[in-house]
Amino acid sequence: MSQATLTSGRVRHGLAPWARIAGLTVCALLTLGPVVWTVSTSLRTPAEAFNLPPQLIPANPSTEAYRGVFDQIDVWLLALNSTLVTGLIAVGQMITAGLAGYAFARLEFRFKKPLFGLVLATMMVPLQVTIVPVFLVLKSMSLTDTLLGLIIPAFPTAFGTFLMRQYFLGMPKDLGEAAMLDGAGPWRTFRSVYAPLAAPGLAIVGVLAFNYHWNEFFRPLILETSGQNYTLPLGLVSLQGNLGTGSISVVLAGVVLSMIPAVAVFVVGQRPLREGITSAGVNR
Amino acid sequence: MTNTQIPPARAERPAAPPAPAPKGPSARDRGTRLLATLFLAPTIVGIVVFTVVPIVGSVILSLFHWNVIESPSYAGLSNYGEVFGDETVLVSFRNTLVFMILAVALQLLVALALALTLNGRMPGWLRSVFRSAFFFPLVLSAASISVVMKYLFNQDFGVINWLLGFVGIAPVPWLTSENAAMATVILVYVWQQFGFSFLLFVGGLNNIPKEIHEAAALDGATGLRKHLTVTLPLLSPTLLVASVVGIINALQVFEQPYVLTNGGPGDSTRTVVMVIYETAFEQLRFGEASAVGVLLFVLIMAVTALQFRLSRRFVHYQ
Repeated sequence: MSQATLTSGRVRHGLAPWARIAGLTVCALLTLGPVVWTVSTSLRTPAEAFNLPPQLIPANPSTEAYRGVFDQIDVWLLALNSTLVTGLIAVGQMITAGLAGYAFARLEFRFKKPLFGLVLATMMVPLQVTIVPVFLVLKSMSLTDTLLGLIIPAFPTAFGTFLMRQYFLGMPKDLGEAAMLDGAGPWRTFRSVYAPLAAPGLAIVGVLAFNYHWNEFFRPLILETSGQNYTLPLGLVSLQGNLGTGSISVVLAGVVLSMIPAVAVFVVGQRPLREGITSAGVNR
Repeated sequence: MTNTQIPPARAERPAAPPAPAPKGPSARDRGTRLLATLFLAPTIVGIVVFTVVPIVGSVILSLFHWNVIESPSYAGLSNYGEVFGDETVLVSFRNTLVFMILAVALQLLVALALALTLNGRMPGWLRSVFRSAFFFPLVLSAASISVVMKYLFNQDFGVINWLLGFVGIAPVPWLTSENAAMATVILVYVWQQFGFSFLLFVGGLNNIPKEIHEAAALDGATGLRKHLTVTLPLLSPTLLVASVVGIINALQVFEQPYVLTNGGPGDSTRTVVMVIYETAFEQLRFGEASAVGVLLFVLIMAVTALQFRLSRRFVHYQ
C-alpha cells in the first residue's frame, strides 16, 4: 500500500514511468540539440557548413574553422581579458560578500537593520536603469574603456552578501562563543573559527560570479570601445559581424571556444551553482 | 582542544550579564564595531557609489538635456513628454510587456511540468542526467547562444525550417516577419532561461514533506488533482520567487533581441533596454535615456509590488 504511493520520498504519478522518461528524453534532446549542432558544425569545413541535412558526425571533420577564428580575431587576447575580468570579479565578490555577510550575521553594530535593508533593496535595481550614471561615474574616474571599469563596480554583490549572511547564520553560535571564552577577539574568532567553515558558501558565490560575468554582454558592450579591451562575448558578436553570412562554421567554432571555460565550470561547479540558485527560492 | 574547560565555565555563572554595566563601550565592543565597519565598507561603499548614487543620478539626469559634448541644460519634465510622444519608446514598452507575460508564463509552465515529471520514480542517475541537461543552457552566454540560434532559425538554410519540411510545413520567416520575430525571441529566451525556474521548483518539491503526499493519497487524491490541490499550494512560495525573479529578468531582456533581430523587423522586437542603449550610447541623448530608465524602474517596482499584493491571496506558507 505505502509501496504503491511512495518510493524513497518520490511522488508516484498517474503517468507510466516509460512515458515520463520518454517525454523527458525528448525535452533533453531539444535542450541540448542546439549545442550539439554547434559543436558538429564547427568541425565542418566552411564550404560544407551550409549543407543540409546537417550530419551529426561531419563526413570530413576539419579544424579549418578553428584556424579561421584565430586568424580573424585575437582569441588569446579576448580570452585573457575575459579571464582577468571574470577571475578578479569572482575573487573580489568572494571577499566582499564573505566579509559583509559575516558582519550582518554575527557582529553587532549600529544601523545594522537599515544597512541590510539597503543591500536587499539593491538586489531589485536593474543594471540597465543605472547604467548611464554608472558610465558617467566611471568616465569621471577615467575608467571607461578599461578592464578595471568592468571589474570594480562588480565587486559589491547584494545577492552574494545575502547568501553569505544566511550561510553564517546557519553555523552554530557556540563555536564563536567558545573562541571568545578562550580569549579570541572578534577578528580571531572570524579568522580561525568561522572563515574556514565558510569555504563551501564562498564557492557558491565564486561560481555564480564566474558564470554571470564570463557571459556578460551588456556592460562590456557599453564600457569597452576599443577592440583590445573586448571580452569573448563581444569578440564573438563582432566576429559574426565581420563575416556576414559568409561562414557559419568559423563563427560557431568561436562560440565553442568561448563555451569551454563555461562548460568546465559547469562540470566542476555544478553543485555550487545549483545550490546558489536553489537557495534563492527555498531559503526565504 | 579546550572542550573540557568550557562547560564548567558556563555552569559557574549561568546567567552572567554579557558585559559589565556599560559606562562606555568595552574594548571588545569597540573591536567588534571597528571590525564591522571594515567588513562592511567595501560592500556598502560600492553599493552607494555604483547603485544608490546612480539611481539618484538617473532621476536628476532625466530632467536635463545633455549630449556629453555641450554642457547640460535644465529641461524640466520635457524629456518625459518627449519620451511619451515617441512612437518607438511606446512600442518598446508594449513589446517588453508582451515579452514579459509570454516568456514568464511559458518559462514557468515548462519548468514546472519538467520538475513535476522528474519528481516521479526513476533511477537516481537518470534523474541527475535530466537535471543537468535542463540546467545546461543556463551556463552559456546569452549573446553567443543568440548567434547560434540566428543560424538555426534562418528562413532559407536554417535547420529548423529544414526539419519542419519533413512534416510538410512551409519555411517560416522566424526572424524576418513582424508577426513571428517576437515569438522567436521568446522561444530563444525561454530555451536558455527555463532551467533557472526549473532548479527552483526541483528544490521546492524536495522541500515538501512526503507525509503530506501520503495523507493526500490515503484520501484518494491522484494524478493531476493531487498536483492542483496539494502540490501547487505547497509550492506556492517557490512559485512566487520564480515569477518575481522571472519578471524582473524578463523586463531587462537585451541580448536576444539585440543579436537575433536588432529590434526589427520595424520595431517589432525592440525592447525598453534596447531603447535605453540606443538613446544613450548611439544617439548620445543621455537625458532622454535616463527618463526611459526611470520609467522602466517604476514599471518594475509597480509590477513587483502588484505581484506581492496578489500573492497574499495565493501563497501558502507551511
